Amino acid sequence: MKKLFTNAQAIVPGQAEPQVTSVLIDGEVFSEIGDVTPCSESQIIDCENKILAPGIVDLGVFAIDKPAFHFGGITRAALMPDQSPVLDLPAMIKHYAADGKPDLWSHPIAAATKALEGKELAEIGLMKPAGALAVSTGRHWIADSGMMLKLLQYCHSLNMPVIVHSEDLGLVGDAVATAGETATRLGLSSAPSCAEAVSIARDLALVRESGAKVHFRQVTTAAGLNLIGEAKSQGLPITCGITPAHLFLSDMAISDFRTFARLSPPLRDESDRQACLAAVQNGTIDVISSGHDPRGPEDKRLPFAEAQPGMAGAETLLALSLNLVRDEIVSIGRLFEMLSTNPAKILGANAGAIEPGYEADFILIDPDAPWQVDTRKMAAAAGNTPFDKLPVQGRVRGIYKGGKAL
Amino acid sequence: MTSTEPSKAHQFPSGSDAFPHRHLLGIAGLQPWEILYLLKEAEQWVDLNRKSIKHAGRMDGLTVINAFFENSTRTLLSFEIAGKRMGADVVNMHAAQSSIKKGETLIDTAVTLNAMKADAIVIRHGSSGAVQLIADKVDCPVLNAGDGRHEHPTQALLDALTIQRRKGDISGLTVTICGDVMHSRVARSNIYCLTTLGAKVRVCGPPSLLPAALDRMNVADFTNFDEALDGADVVMMLRLQNERMNGDFIPSPREYHHLYGLTKKRLSLANDDALVMHPGPMNRGVEIDSNVADDIDRSAVTEQVEMGVAVRMACLDILTRRSREVEGWT
Repeated sequence: MKKLFTNAQAIVPGQAEPQVTSVLIDGEVFSEIGDVTPCSESQIIDCENKILAPGIVDLGVFAIDKPAFHFGGITRAALMPDQSPVLDLPAMIKHYAADGKPDLWSHPIAAATKALEGKELAEIGLMKPAGALAVSTGRHWIADSGMMLKLLQYCHSLNMPVIVHSEDLGLVGDAVATAGETATRLGLSSAPSCAEAVSIARDLALVRESGAKVHFRQVTTAAGLNLIGEAKSQGLPITCGITPAHLFLSDMAISDFRTFARLSPPLRDESDRQACLAAVQNGTIDVISSGHDPRGPEDKRLPFAEAQPGMAGAETLLALSLNLVRDEIVSIGRLFEMLSTNPAKILGANAGAIEPGYEADFILIDPDAPWQVDTRKMAAAAGNTPFDKLPVQGRVRGIYKGGKAL
Repeated sequence: MTSTEPSKAHQFPSGSDAFPHRHLLGIAGLQPWEILYLLKEAEQWVDLNRKSIKHAGRMDGLTVINAFFENSTRTLLSFEIAGKRMGADVVNMHAAQSSIKKGETLIDTAVTLNAMKADAIVIRHGSSGAVQLIADKVDCPVLNAGDGRHEHPTQALLDALTIQRRKGDISGLTVTICGDVMHSRVARSNIYCLTTLGAKVRVCGPPSLLPAALDRMNVADFTNFDEALDGADVVMMLRLQNERMNGDFIPSPREYHHLYGLTKKRLSLANDDALVMHPGPMNRGVEIDSNVADDIDRSAVTEQVEMGVAVRMACLDILTRRSREVEGWT
């Protein structure tokens, strides 16, 4: 069955701006992009000038939350191993790899160490054939550098990327905020923002030693981004990401002890936030993901330090990211490299771009449609967003997984 | 018996405009005249407390619940006495952190307290922000009796009242606060209170016990105690918790005493009439020497305790005026 999407403003590889074109889908993959002559058996769908973009590949979510993903235009989600129980056995990987199909593909990420405790390697070599495309330390930092090096060497031999969390444990301790005026005023235990750079510096040295591919899931400080930028210019096989929260909120957002703004890593000060925006602009940041972690009142309606970190981010990922285009920080073409193409590339999934031969995962977007974020009206399993009441623009009007409308 | 009417002060806005807040969760955000109004209102209770019969019927028939989620002897006692002297029925709820499970239970406890129709709830909790969380869930005024490292507003008010009675106007005084500022809610509330009232505040302590960005709170920070004492009008010592004395933050109690202990000799670096204060309980021989703590000419430590009852009486009175339908406060 062929489907021809006409009058589309398609986001195609290498182009900063959308191209008015037609997109032909044959079965589950893109077959032709350009002036396609419709043949008799193909179904024709008029996109009415909407943007046709690759489906978002969300690199690093903490729950499979289909309604939120579909609202947000996410067709693939890489599930972090920080589950209960931890994803450290092949059977769990197999279970989560099947979860959500056919209308959502979840890519469970293998835990680097058993129970993510940082002490013993997990069965990575068995989790790979079970469906794991990457390995991660979860929300933890492996304090033992010897263990970290072994992990990187091992993953390098298996050709699996390692997704790391960048906070030095000794500096972080029981901190729930970044050291600075806000944390001091609120009386919250805090860690200096250099906890990130310290951890990145060590891991970069170990990447040099091992040659492993490493994705720094969230780099949120100027010092951390400088290290990443420098290492990239030396040709190290590394990538880094961020979530919209660190691009659009500073630690001021935790004033009044707002637990919805309790994140891991914690929100940073304004100068670091500006550095993150600059890093999106200059290409240091490769990936924008949601870090989707819906948490109900039992985890969030608590004193700040006792609340769990994390935010429900899937629904707001696209609309908030489109602000980067409106603010002329990036082109829409580059935005979808960060949302779709690069994450798919890191995972080695044959998706994330509107290109012949790729899986036909795509979304139709009305980029100007206004709506308001509302914690009480979320599609997500819980409404813990720090962006409550924020007016945003950009709605997904159609979502297709493997060529099928959802 | 003596049911004194709320004082009609000319220098303060009339009625509830003098203190328009529903709760007392912290000093941050209070206007200078609001703080001064609380202090002025406390004066009458200082006088009452020095009489043989110490009873004001202003809160007759009202119920005050002291919900203490963290162990306390002094503050709890002070609030209990304050409530009883105002005529309220005071109930103490001892909920040591261990017996109360984390999670929804805190909110559930708040809802339970609320259902019992308290007229004021006094809360102490070990976690910063916890008191505000409860305040959002109850219909009656909430007084923060200390939340984590965040605020302890009545302590700052009683300290301000003590200073004011000894030194007159707080504006322009140099106050040195020394000790474990990082973990101290007393320090935070005092910094807010004293800077709002126009004092020059210095904080001093080992770098491991000073929080970041103190300069943004309008205070000068010192790690050398001798320098911090130079020319001070008030020296406020903070309690150093035992568990922080042995290697984690400082090497040993004796080293702490060497660097930050208030000795007679050190006190001579401050102004000749400098006032010595401590929120108690004191670690004698660690942060303060006995001959300083017990020097009645210099030390205001017992006076602080006395002012504590008066300040808490004033706070309970003012916060319940709305429910008691006091004229101008409805």
